[in-house]
Amino acid sequence: MANVTMRVWRGDAGGGDFESYTLEQNEGEVVLDVIHRIQATDAPDLACRWNCKAGKCGSCSAEINGKPSLMCMTRVDELPEGPITVAPMRTFPIIRDLVTDVSFNYAMAAKVPALLPPPMPEGGYTMFQEDVARGQEFRKCIECFLCQDVCHVIRDHEDNKAHYAGPRFFIRYAELEMHPLDTNDRRDLVREEMGLGYCNITKCCTEVCPEHIKITDNAIIPLKERVVDAQYDPVAWLGRKIRRRTKRSADEAAVQPAP
Amino acid sequence: MTSPYEHHDYDVLIIGAGGAGLRAAIEAKQRGLRVAIITKSLLGKAHTVMAEGGMAAAMGNVYAEDNWQVHFRDTMRGGKMLNNYRMAELHAKESPERVLELEQWGALFDRTKDGKILQRDFGGHRYARLAHVGDRTGLELIRTLQQKVVSMGTDVFMECKVLRLVHDENGAIAGCVAYWRPTGEFVTFAAKTVILATGGVGKSWKFTSNSWESTGDGHAMALWAGAQLIDMECIQFHPTGMVWPLSVRGLLVTEGVRGDGGVLRNSEGQRFMFNYVADMFRAETAESEEEGDRWYDDHTAGRRPPELLPRDEVARAINTEVKAGRGSPHGGVYLDIASRRSAEFIRRRLPSMYHQFMELAGVDITREAMEIGPTCHYIMGGVKVDADTAATSVPGLYAAGEVAGGMHGANRLGGNSLSDLVVFGRRAGMSAADYIESGAGPTGFDLAEVQLAVKDALAPFENENGENPYDVQRDLQEMMQANVGIIRTGSEIDFAINALGEFAERVRNLSVKGGRAYNPGWNLATDLPSMISVSRCTALGAANRKESRGGHTRDDFPKADPEYGKFNFAHQMTNGSFDSEIRTERSALLAMPDELAQLLEEAK
Ligand SMILES: Cc1cc2nc3c(=O)[nH]c(=O)nc-3n(C[C@H](O)[C@H](O)[C@H](O)COP(=O)(O)OP(=O)(O)OC[C@H]3O[C@@H](n4cnc5c(N)ncnc54)[C@H](O)[C@@H]3O)c2cc1C
Ligand code: SF4
Ligand code: SF4
Ligand code: FES
Repeated sequence: MANVTMRVWRGDAGGGDFESYTLEQNEGEVVLDVIHRIQATDAPDLACRWNCKAGKCGSCSAEINGKPSLMCMTRVDELPEGPITVAPMRTFPIIRDLVTDVSFNYAMAAKVPALLPPPMPEGGYTMFQEDVARGQEFRKCIECFLCQDVCHVIRDHEDNKAHYAGPRFFIRYAELEMHPLDTNDRRDLVREEMGLGYCNITKCCTEVCPEHIKITDNAIIPLKERVVDAQYDPVAWLGRKIRRRTKRSADEAAVQPAP
Repeated sequence: MTSPYEHHDYDVLIIGAGGAGLRAAIEAKQRGLRVAIITKSLLGKAHTVMAEGGMAAAMGNVYAEDNWQVHFRDTMRGGKMLNNYRMAELHAKESPERVLELEQWGALFDRTKDGKILQRDFGGHRYARLAHVGDRTGLELIRTLQQKVVSMGTDVFMECKVLRLVHDENGAIAGCVAYWRPTGEFVTFAAKTVILATGGVGKSWKFTSNSWESTGDGHAMALWAGAQLIDMECIQFHPTGMVWPLSVRGLLVTEGVRGDGGVLRNSEGQRFMFNYVADMFRAETAESEEEGDRWYDDHTAGRRPPELLPRDEVARAINTEVKAGRGSPHGGVYLDIASRRSAEFIRRRLPSMYHQFMELAGVDITREAMEIGPTCHYIMGGVKVDADTAATSVPGLYAAGEVAGGMHGANRLGGNSLSDLVVFGRRAGMSAADYIESGAGPTGFDLAEVQLAVKDALAPFENENGENPYDVQRDLQEMMQANVGIIRTGSEIDFAINALGEFAERVRNLSVKGGRAYNPGWNLATDLPSMISVSRCTALGAANRKESRGGHTRDDFPKADPEYGKFNFAHQMTNGSFDSEIRTERSALLAMPDELAQLLEEAK
């Protein structure tokens, strides 16, 4: 087979640059395979994260030819011909080479108020598939943080990180909000401290999600609806949890993106 | 003592953030203790996240006939009776409660029509028993536990790799020494108790479903610290790993494919598993394809198809078919669900398998058969523990999850690991807390051990003309695959034992390029001593066990020998250096009480 040339960003917080590596291309390889071969030969100190090599752990996030992607799920033979650029996620501080400091996300996770279920009846809770299906979509999240990486609210404005949870955590709040057992009300928190209002539904997060979670349509928009309503009508909340309205709010209608 | 490095002090120190470590942390934290978890990758990325098919618990939601007694029996038979019966008993009794508790913490399992947790069929389990979420059950388990641990405010040290355990002057556990991967700086932890929850060892084989983390660090650290390892020859080769393209060779294809109707065929299109039904399983296995097919819809209308025999049986059969020249073009056999279930069913039940094949192999599993073959998957062997308390023979040291031995005997049933993690993770957390509350604990912290570990870790930087750790790892994997793989023979095992001596010398002569901050080559150099120690135990166990049983198959001793069914091989080190002498001895199995033995008799 032909050769593959990979331009990999090497460096640390102090700066760095792209370095080129040219290797023979093997059939069926993904970007992470090539990175591993570079590590095993030319550059054993080339830093990258990975665990599962199957799109299940969300460790190997990077920007491949500028697009936030999983290295283990990006086939080399499906990229356009020519050198492949592999850079670390831009939104997070560099540790070294392709490894970034993603502690922002863990800090946001620590702020999520826990699930508060009623006491468990003998033999377990009764929940039906249709009750859990929506939450299950959000729980597919592998925490690759690619959606966080691509979201312009923090990608282009470092200072927003102080008051913006980001799409990964909007789906987490949506999941809890729609959880059949939850009794905890997080709507004020989401509006006032998690910065839901900053999201203007550009849908970039949905586009990069390797789990194909409909982050904007299924999580952020319904969450906005619930959170905004709460401001005017706190008592309606309980009833809504039970009835599951599908009414579109003024807020949602106002921020519909251009088709 | 004062540590010359960054230093922390805890009551309970848990090494490992997979299912076992996280569950242990919850338990210890609930007791009001100071708890920390250390993990060498990020939180939420441990191996547990990859588990697919489900967690086994006799809840009886799908078949009311199911109960702990049947689960116990299946586990013991699957383990070829080499199990620690008490662990199998506790596991069968407690796993339903552990599954339900996950729902209280936010897990969303797939449901039955009447709103209970749905359970699926897996090999070796008499009834549909695996609670699951599609084929991403491990993700649900780890995320649920992770979110619980975080909400309790537990300290988590991420990307921090433990190098060695530290004792006090009396030999009790006193903590550990580690290094931060992002900076390369050393850090010490003093602790009253340490719980090992470090997972498996699969990275020492060439074709494996395991990640870079599975280098047996916990197994090795326990051995170096004076604890015993048992059953190390019992390695599970999962029958269905991907074989093509080469870059994904070994990647797991969940047993759920067979549980949901998939069948195995050779190049002649024959469902060959019907030719490989061992006597032990004949009475409960279908005789014809028609009978097997009836079983999927109603387990009382027929017996289970032979594709769902325990994993060791299926893996050996595939191996034999390929050797006989009836394999697929890339050296596997065919796993076919496309011709048996609708595309819609396959995509709903096995979404991540669908994507895995579509995206990595360009194969649409709703239309074509998959090419699969055995892959190194799980180690049954591990640290010898007391069943009820997860305590090792070293005071203050506990082990739970894949790093612990005994629960699964010679072969693990699918789904029994995830439940093992939460049952024994919890017990380890409980007993560590009991130990502390009883006033026990270390009386010092041996800095000499710290200095030794630091010196060993830094040696490859000082050595200029040594070997690249990646070369040594690759050769080790090839050697283990070739000589201590799925089918073994005396001369090859002896060769391996010898070769491992040479590998130890190569590990003493490594060179590392670059700095200490996030240097994967250096990290691998610190993994290799563990891989060598653990592989030595595997080879020694394999040499000693002159029979075939479960995850240990010898060409030169093809049958199980009842004599060997009475004991485990236990390994111990006299001195804590990775290449020092290992003593291997027979360790008698626990005697089973009559009422449990009765269960196994009745079911025959
Ligand atoms: C692809 C795949 C699918 C599977 N599917 C199933 C299934 O469907 N059902 C089932 O029951 N089982 C399944 N298994 C098996 C099961 O997933 C594992 O046995 C189990 O998850 C192991 O969990 P654990 O908690 O013991 O360790 P792991 O989840 O392996 O975690 C180990 C932890 O220890 C840490 N660690 C290790 N060494 C060090 C060190 N030196 N310093 C610091 N930290 C360290 C790691 O960072 C990690 O956090 C599957 C396994 C694989 C590979
Ligand atoms: S839709 Fe909202 S959360 Fe998603 S990328 Fe755009 S602004 Fe960010
Ligand atoms: S929502 Fe999707 S993109 Fe965002 S972290 Fe989860 S899996 Fe990754
Ligand atoms: S390595 Fe796990 S998602 Fe890529």
